[in-house]
Amino acid sequence: MSTLAVQDHGAVHHGEDHGHHHHDTFLTKYIFSQDHKMIAKQFLVTGITMAFIAMILSILFRIQLAYPDKAFPLMETLLGRFAPGGRLDSNFYLALVTIHGTIMVFFVLTAGLSGTFSNLLIPLQLGARDMASPFMNMLSYWFFFAASVVMLSSFLVQKGPASGGWTIYPPLSALPKAMPGSGMGMTLWLISMVLFIASSLMGAINYVSTVLNMRTKGMDLWKMPLTIWAFFLTAILGILAFPVLVAGVVLLIFDRSFGTSFYLSEIVIGGSSVQPFEGGSPILFQHLFWFLGHPEVYIVIMPAMGISSEVMSVNSRKPIFGYHAMVYSLIGITVLSFIVWGHHMFVTGMNPFLGGVFMITTLIIAVPSAVKTFNWLATLWRGNIRFTAAMLFAIGMVSFFISGGLTGIFLGNAALDINLHDTYFVVAHFHLVMGSAAIFGMLAGVYHWFPKMYGRVMNEKLGYLHFWLTFIGAYLVFFPMHFMGLGGVPRRYYAFTEFVEWNKWLSVNVFITWAAIMAAVAQVAFAVNFIYSIFWGKRATQNPWQANTLEWTAPVEHVHGNWYGEIPTVYRWPYDYSKPGAEEDYIPQTVPLSQTMSSNVQHDFEDNPAGLDAYAKFTAAKKSSEEVK
Amino acid sequence: MGFKSLFSSKKMLALSAAFLLFGTNVLMAQDAATGAAADAAKPNVWLGAAYYVLLFVIVCFVVGIVGKILRVYDLTQQIQNKKAINWDNVMGALCLIFLIVGGYGAYWSLTVQGSMILPVSASEHGVKIDEMFWTTTVLTLIVFVITQILLFTFLFRYRYNAKRRAHFLPHDNTIEKVWTIAPAIVLTILVIFGFFTWQKITNSTDAKGEHSLNIDITGHQFAWELRYPGADDKLGKTNYKLVSGVNKVGVDFKDKSAYDDLQVDTMYLPVGKTVRLNIHAQDVIHSVYMPHFRVQLNAVPGLPTYFKFKPTMTTAAMRREVGDPAFEYLVYCNKICGGAHYNMKKVVRVVEETEYQAWLAQQKPYLTDQIKKDLKYAVVKPAETQNRLALNN
Ligand code: HEM
Ligand SMILES: [Cu+2]
Ligand SMILES: [Cu+2]
Repeated sequence: MSTLAVQDHGAVHHGEDHGHHHHDTFLTKYIFSQDHKMIAKQFLVTGITMAFIAMILSILFRIQLAYPDKAFPLMETLLGRFAPGGRLDSNFYLALVTIHGTIMVFFVLTAGLSGTFSNLLIPLQLGARDMASPFMNMLSYWFFFAASVVMLSSFLVQKGPASGGWTIYPPLSALPKAMPGSGMGMTLWLISMVLFIASSLMGAINYVSTVLNMRTKGMDLWKMPLTIWAFFLTAILGILAFPVLVAGVVLLIFDRSFGTSFYLSEIVIGGSSVQPFEGGSPILFQHLFWFLGHPEVYIVIMPAMGISSEVMSVNSRKPIFGYHAMVYSLIGITVLSFIVWGHHMFVTGMNPFLGGVFMITTLIIAVPSAVKTFNWLATLWRGNIRFTAAMLFAIGMVSFFISGGLTGIFLGNAALDINLHDTYFVVAHFHLVMGSAAIFGMLAGVYHWFPKMYGRVMNEKLGYLHFWLTFIGAYLVFFPMHFMGLGGVPRRYYAFTEFVEWNKWLSVNVFITWAAIMAAVAQVAFAVNFIYSIFWGKRATQNPWQANTLEWTAPVEHVHGNWYGEIPTVYRWPYDYSKPGAEEDYIPQTVPLSQTMSSNVQHDFEDNPAGLDAYAKFTAAKKSSEEVK
Repeated sequence: MGFKSLFSSKKMLALSAAFLLFGTNVLMAQDAATGAAADAAKPNVWLGAAYYVLLFVIVCFVVGIVGKILRVYDLTQQIQNKKAINWDNVMGALCLIFLIVGGYGAYWSLTVQGSMILPVSASEHGVKIDEMFWTTTVLTLIVFVITQILLFTFLFRYRYNAKRRAHFLPHDNTIEKVWTIAPAIVLTILVIFGFFTWQKITNSTDAKGEHSLNIDITGHQFAWELRYPGADDKLGKTNYKLVSGVNKVGVDFKDKSAYDDLQVDTMYLPVGKTVRLNIHAQDVIHSVYMPHFRVQLNAVPGLPTYFKFKPTMTTAAMRREVGDPAFEYLVYCNKICGGAHYNMKKVVRVVEETEYQAWLAQQKPYLTDQIKKDLKYAVVKPAETQNRLALNN
């Protein structure tokens, strides 16, 4: 299984000097690194940076929503033509919303999350020396980096960044005359996205091939931690879904720049300027977009689910409840997520019968989600719960996933969606179930695997502070939004001042904004903790959380090839926590069953007749010796 | 040691209080100054921001000091062989507190903000939607409350205790089956309920003897245009190529049924009569959103759509219902469509049939003098053959 070249060169003498096969210069070590651990850190740092940028954008538009009539001279100083007179321009407001959404969904929760943890954990938890293709892995990061730069550079163009919403529906995004952001800004958005997808695909192909081909001895699929299952299925989703977005984006580029009419038809701009487009369909774009878009939301949440499962199992000192059910529900979600995209399009004028079908498939996908939730709860039940910062974030993830998932049941019902579509109810739904839950999964991962990445642990107390402020803040921000949605308040409105009946929501908007500011400020605690701990944090021991998985058998200091000497062999599943009869409350995957006779159970030998024999003999002997006594 | 930092923290608190007062004073003074002399020298834009930054720095300081105190306290306890702070207990307790306070917060939000949501449905199908909404709400709230309570009580109840071991429970097939099948059943019920409601709402054929009022609504940046059929009860055809400053929605006057079409400003609807909104868009996607009627459908260029509904409450009745004599039903645009997306409204008035007829009689035909002039003699001599010839030239 592990016969690839990368594996071999590491196995021999991976001692102190590995200068014999290549020299690490600053450039190859920190910049153009091909080491999966360094690439993971690159993804993480870029992802966090992008997250802070997107967060600041959101605070800007939240201020606008809370104080639509107030001028902030400082805004003009900072934003110039985008905030004339200290008040955000309405087009720029939409640009902020758009770029905030794009960065958060793609750059933070797709690349930042999968890129970091798939890269870090797939080789380390599976027992591989590196990724299947380290070079492609490096390219994946640099395409992502380029995509980030291009996306941010759109703030520098004259008419501002893309502003048609993160879903960039044409014709709005296709017609430069329709809004300023649909000019150069949109072009940059599309270029950035193409780069991003290339990055994402290179990463995903790597993850899949590594998982399939490079597992260490004994690591069969059913011994993989749930993190790996989640990253693996996420990568498959990405490989199947992202190319469809490329198709959609390329056709949009054609419509914008080469006069085709894939998405355009019967268009008159400005009440008199008849456009030459004929025969296209704007709905086609939505189909292509959401064929990616829906799997995309699961691309975002599944790694968070995997991370939370792992962190919760370790810190409740209990096996994850229903490991098989957890895997099957991930597989179920993966498959089903390809046939539900139409629930974003119930009211586009799509054939109502299709709407009915998508409603059925959508509500089916809620079942595996429910199973996962119940299994998490069962994992905590009668555990011995250690509140590490990572654990708190994993718990927060579960709480948010429940709250946000339940509102999905409203939205998945086409009849209810008639009145809820594109209101703040949707905003509340996806910020809880995706925004908050996935971010919390990611943060849980950062706190938990920080020792693996930087050899030091983050400050736990600051982590607590960070958790509670963010957790409470997120609920304060998003819970009230449900009611605005039920009050018929549309999303993506620059101001609600044009409608007297919405004055009553103004106080709610002010409240939400201040809650958001509090949550944003709380992130400073994280940033400080993160940066401080990288350099001056407490040094980590090899297995700081007493966990079972393979990454904690690797040395604290990073070595190229991950392990000195041979890669450890795996003998058991990763969740033997608090097994009755065992000395410690954890048994690493590398401990053979033959060394843990007192704690083995029948179940451990399901596909191992020889082992079962030995086990039967052992129990028989034990019984007879007990009888003698 | 501990006292020392405690002392210094007190000093910090006093200092921060002073800062707060001072900062507020400065800010106030600035406000007053700008108020008094509007065009005087530009106020320093950084001042307010600097004040908040300062506040923030102070907060950081306080947090840092509290952290230090905790550390010192912990260490001294350890030195004296007493128990240090048990953070697992603290966090467990916080989880419980969060559950209680958060539960109250959710209740508060549900009752206070929950009472600000849309009033009863003003359309026939909307009543069914609302019924389904409340069923779903009750079901999901039950699940929400139970799962969140379980989550946070488990956290408190099973917080770490060095003397205890967790219960090794890798799986339990029975209970897993139960909680796969239970949500499946509940969701199946919701789906069936929802599916038939959806079918009914979107069902397009007129019931026997039913005749719906056809209204054209066309979205463009950034307004809605309305067109009503005239005496013949038929809307004339449109063609986007005919759109111009005068012929706003591109009515094709080759179609005779277009002659008596009416151009209207406010969407008057007779109560209790089925309305068929024919929805068009000219430039980008818009969305006809009439939340009080539970009506929404996108307006897509090149893809005409329609939504049929029956208003059941007049504007007057709704004014009484919500206790606001100025209340108006509105059409909003609910699909991002550009800079003024947030201000694309049209007033809707549901009235009694007689009032509707009276209003209708006053509406101006779509075929204005200007359009007539543009079409030259075609309309002056409306004989069919001549008409066609004329237009073909
Ligand atoms: C419990 C299962 C879920 C159901 C039944 C569900 C259903 C829906 C539906 C029907 C919509 C469309 C609403 C509308 O635009 O009118 C929607 C929107 C959305 N959902 Fe979910 N959802 C579920 C879980 C999730 C999860 C797990 C995520 C992400 C992690 C997610 C992310 C989103 C996002 C991002 C949107 C909004 C997209 C946009 O319009 O900008 N949902 N959901
Ligand atoms: Cu979806
Ligand atoms: Cu619009």
